[in-house]
Amino acid sequence: MDPVILSRWQFALTTIYHFFFVPLTLGLGWFIVIWETIYVRTGNEVYKRLAKFWGKLFLINFAMGVVTGIVLEFQFGMNWSGFSRFVGDVFGVPLALDSLLAFFLESVFLGIWIFGWETVPKRLHLASIFLVALGSNISAFWILTANAWMQGPVGYMINEATGRAELMDFAALAFNPRAWLFFWHTISAGFTTAAFFVLGISAYHLARNQNVDFFRRSFRLAATIGLIAAVVVGVAGHVQGTYLLEVQPMAAAASEALWDTADPAPFTVVAIFDSTGKRETWSLQIPKALSLLYFFRPEGEVPGINQIQAEYETLYGPGDYVPLVALTFWTFRIMVGLGLLMITLGAYALFLAVRNWPSKWARWLKWIIWVIPLPYLANTAGWVLTETGRQPWIVQGLLKTVDAVSPNLEAGTVLLSLIVFVLIYAVLIAIDVYLLAKYSKAGPDAEKQESVDVAPSVVGAQG
Amino acid sequence: MSTEFLQTLWFILIAFLWIGFFFLEGFDYGVGILLPFLGRDDQERRRIINTIGPFWDGNEVWLITAGAAMFATFPNWYATLFSGFYLALVLMLLALIVRGVAFEFRSKDRRPTWRRTWDWMIFIGSLVPAILWGIAMGNLIRGVPIDASMNYVGGFSNLLNPFALLCGLSSLLIFATHGAIFLSLKSEEDIEARASATAKRLWPFALTSYIITVVVGFLATNIFDQITVIQIVLLLITGAALATAGWLISRLRNKEAFITTGVSIVFSTIALFASLYPRVMISSLNPDWSLTIYNASSSSYSLKVMSIIALIFVPIVLLYQGWSYYIFRERIGRESKLEY
Ligand code: HDD
Ligand code: HEM
Ligand code: HEM
Repeated sequence: MDPVILSRWQFALTTIYHFFFVPLTLGLGWFIVIWETIYVRTGNEVYKRLAKFWGKLFLINFAMGVVTGIVLEFQFGMNWSGFSRFVGDVFGVPLALDSLLAFFLESVFLGIWIFGWETVPKRLHLASIFLVALGSNISAFWILTANAWMQGPVGYMINEATGRAELMDFAALAFNPRAWLFFWHTISAGFTTAAFFVLGISAYHLARNQNVDFFRRSFRLAATIGLIAAVVVGVAGHVQGTYLLEVQPMAAAASEALWDTADPAPFTVVAIFDSTGKRETWSLQIPKALSLLYFFRPEGEVPGINQIQAEYETLYGPGDYVPLVALTFWTFRIMVGLGLLMITLGAYALFLAVRNWPSKWARWLKWIIWVIPLPYLANTAGWVLTETGRQPWIVQGLLKTVDAVSPNLEAGTVLLSLIVFVLIYAVLIAIDVYLLAKYSKAGPDAEKQESVDVAPSVVGAQG
Repeated sequence: MSTEFLQTLWFILIAFLWIGFFFLEGFDYGVGILLPFLGRDDQERRRIINTIGPFWDGNEVWLITAGAAMFATFPNWYATLFSGFYLALVLMLLALIVRGVAFEFRSKDRRPTWRRTWDWMIFIGSLVPAILWGIAMGNLIRGVPIDASMNYVGGFSNLLNPFALLCGLSSLLIFATHGAIFLSLKSEEDIEARASATAKRLWPFALTSYIITVVVGFLATNIFDQITVIQIVLLLITGAALATAGWLISRLRNKEAFITTGVSIVFSTIALFASLYPRVMISSLNPDWSLTIYNASSSSYSLKVMSIIALIFVPIVLLYQGWSYYIFRERIGRESKLEY
């Protein structure tokens, strides 16, 4: 084991873990904004209860997002000091913007929202959750800007004297088309995640005939938003895919397991790889279909892995520039497959709500709880695709991952921290799921007694 | 604007972020440390937590911002410091993780063992960083083994030298005192009285440990070899503020006492940064290998962009964060609604 491999595992696991919580925050915040707005405008108490019930789940999730985020920010310096020295000039700027524009906004106004139900005026209270939702989306934008720069550096220059990347053009960084593509895809993925979360929990109660009026409202909103968001995710993802072909052709070819340049290019539906993950032993292909997907016509050249490898060798010197194709290929298929599945499910859910719950179709409701994990899987697959598709580079074309690691780190040290993080994260996810399940099941009525603090001696010791 | 001006400006701004962080998170940690001792039952502990409930996350963002700003303006400082203090930071992160979730999770289940467990997590999660920040700052002024290519080569045990440990003890005691006074200002009746009494009992230890730390610094390290008048004045102000705090507490003038413990935190941090300048990390191996604001900084373009951003947004943040303290200015008493 060497420090590079261990650091990569640690970074991968801790970012994926962080991103379990992020998408729900990104989407669910706006759900609460919608309900609280209706409450403030109409005074209808049911919307206040909706905001409060889903708000409780939002907060449990948010806390996990916060504590896992700090770990990531520290890790750039801790494990990747070579990277930090090289990119700090450019990369640090969006990161600092993230704190100043977003994290302060989120944390301060969330404090006001949590503790202000009784003390601040209604409109200010509504404004607080609005600013929290806005802040989380702003934060997504800046961190994605930072990440987009690693995928395709823009607006920089390499300083020959120091060997570091230096920022030349802030506007190029902020208006990087890659960052905006990331943004729309990730935000709509966040809305999808939140919608399916709400859908699943609402369906659970509807199938049991509990709080029917309450959960029909949340189900209806979630079905609408879920269907729209799932379609937007797909469209944005498609645009991203075609853009990828231009700027990171290796990642694009790897996500399709296209070994040789072809015109027209075939689409590989499934493939089986050997143990290296970089060679194919069997595949099922549809002729011309890849060109059709990229260019909307049955022709058009798509560069293949072998040719790009040869090109990179002349450009960057000898080396292996092929990412782990088996991983990019399959994560891409998992993500897209789940996307298509979720569009179908969203349409079914909306049909139920619009058609007034026809009993013939409504008996499937009890299964809908199982849709909750789907967006989580797709999110993880998406990031694994994006990040491993870039390998062996950490900054595309400029810095390799092996050169990015802190040179003074010993394998034993990283192994220790990796084990520690895995253990504590395992415990925390168990507690998090326990609490989310408990509060979801309890429904909106239990909420009042549950949250008010009473000394345990008075209440007794039941969970 | 010359590059040198921008480098100094950013050195000052980063010092400012750390000062803000220690001032705010100082009482925040202090309250967390005192929680298991000053709250006699579940309801009292909830009241204590609610005195910092709306604020702790916003306070912690000062740390995140300080880190990100160092990354953007002095990448080498950020890289050397964070990779060098690796295990200490892992420990810190663990503490911050359990502390953060504990605030959210502790009331989410009624079982007494559940709540007790999270209360102790808040305690540990506040205690560990309160000590570690002192140790980190102690090592920053003392100097650490940094090689010619800016990498820390010392390992973990190197950080645990007597001087740094004393700094850790001092920061712990000062934060705890600061927290006790804050709590006395935000609570009522029993808790207020207990917090006051605790502050009274703690401050002599805080002052003594501070004095011992400075003396040991003089005798056992070379950090004061080239001491300037400014540094002496800063150190004296810190000591005087701590001493005054004790006097004010005994007269039950806790508002003023809170200002004086605040002053001691602010001025000790200023003293630290003043003794570093223009260095940012001192190499104990060779003075030429120290990181300075000149060899650790970003290009002047990045510094300029960052200056514009900071100029616009730092004041806005200060305004709304300050305002949130104003919104929740009421003391938390038995009658307060403890929803959440
Ligand atoms: C697309 C969105 C997104 C992505 C890719 C990331 N994050 Fe994140 N992060 C958020 C979206 C977000 C958020 C929605 O804004 C969070 C989640 C819950 C929350 O409290 O804010 C957050 C919280 C959060 C916090 C705590 C903020 C606080 O205390 O309020 C930090 C320090 C980071 N993140 C840092 C990072 C770093 C260094 C990342 C890169 C590896 C990263 N995040 C990826
Ligand atoms: C701006 C945001 C991000 C930045 C700056 C970033 C940066 C990095 C860095 C430094 C590494 C380690 C080196 C490597 O192995 O490639 C890495 C790897 C990785 N990151 Fe990201 N990352 C970001 C967001 C994310 C997110 C949100 C996820 C997913 C949840 C993610 C998933 C991964 C994975 C799976 C790896 C492992 C890749 C591998 O080892 O081959 N990243 N990324
Ligand atoms: C339905 C069709 C979809 C297509 C065609 C698609 C396409 C893509 C592509 C090409 C990437 C890599 C982008 C890059 O490296 O530049 C990507 C990444 C990603 N996808 Fe998808 N995607 C789809 C569905 C989904 C769904 C349903 C989700 C989650 C709910 C999702 C979440 C993500 C995430 C989180 C990333 C990483 C961030 C990013 O690169 O933007 N995707 N997607």
